[in-house]
Amino acid sequence: MINKREVPEINAASMADIAFLLLIFFLVTVTMDVDTGITRKLPPPVEDNSSVDFNQRNIFEVLINSTNQLLVEGKPGNLATLKDETKHFFLNPDNDPNLPEKKLEQIDLIGNVYVSKGVISLKNDRGTSYEIYIKVQNELTKAFQEMRDELATEKFGTKYDKLVDPLKQEAVQAVIPMAISEAEPEDVGKTK
Amino acid sequence: MGRFRDSKSGSMPKISTASLPDIMFILLCFFMVSTTMRETTLIVKIRLPGASEVQKLERKNLVSFIYVGQPIKGTYGTESRIQLNDQFATVQDIQGFVAIEREARDEADRRLMTTSIKADRDTRMGIISDIKQELRKAGAFKINYSSRKAAKIR
Repeated sequence: MINKREVPEINAASMADIAFLLLIFFLVTVTMDVDTGITRKLPPPVEDNSSVDFNQRNIFEVLINSTNQLLVEGKPGNLATLKDETKHFFLNPDNDPNLPEKKLEQIDLIGNVYVSKGVISLKNDRGTSYEIYIKVQNELTKAFQEMRDELATEKFGTKYDKLVDPLKQEAVQAVIPMAISEAEPEDVGKTK
Repeated sequence: MGRFRDSKSGSMPKISTASLPDIMFILLCFFMVSTTMRETTLIVKIRLPGASEVQKLERKNLVSFIYVGQPIKGTYGTESRIQLNDQFATVQDIQGFVAIEREARDEADRRLMTTSIKADRDTRMGIISDIKQELRKAGAFKINYSSRKAAKIR
């Protein structure tokens, strides 16, 4: 009667703490690597190398040489000012005859707007560093993104990537197309 | 008196531990969903360039990766090399790689496929341009220059 004992139970209250420690350990160590990057669309290959004639005023030339220097519209360029120069070129706010032509177009949901015919021509050397190339692409993307944001805010009251309606997104895209053309790289620096 | 003594000798109130397995299970589920398994072991060194205007890659299962960088093992030299799946490859292998990747996907999803170029930031553009030319020939037009999200570059 007196010897009847219960099996001693292990206090399991600390198990929850252990679980929490584990959770924190994993949260700190595991990097949830979300893959991010700059998305681009490559042009389909062309068989005959017949060049499409572009009016010179419609082309914004960005060259990167093998020592990673920029040449923007024939003048030494700078990464810091590239975005604003691109925007100024593409939008041509003062209707400068040296900057791209604009065509009045009827676009759904927006109405009659002037659509710029400007094209950004990006050309790099085979020796150009990938990092600089990405930086230039980044600035160009930023320029287009800002122009789209401005237009979307003006017409629909929200930023471009906050537009829920895909038709509205398409309309903004139609007014400001991502007009970046990439030429085949040159091998001037003779670096592999 | 008897009641008094009783409460003093009483054991600790027991906490129910029945929910602990559930906690562990939730943990397990959480990590299974949130972490991505890396299927390929990198044999080239990749330090991604930084950019501020990055987009997230949607539909991970429709993305195929091309890695470019210096081989990690010094015996392979310092020249930038292309890695497809688990081995070194040349520019000529890319068309075949794209074809195999495309074959592995659902027919309806094929036009949504993206090729992500994960290249080291010190890579020269020559090799990247070659890859782009091959991708154009292979018909894989949607590409993504993989880069870190950096608030401020430079």
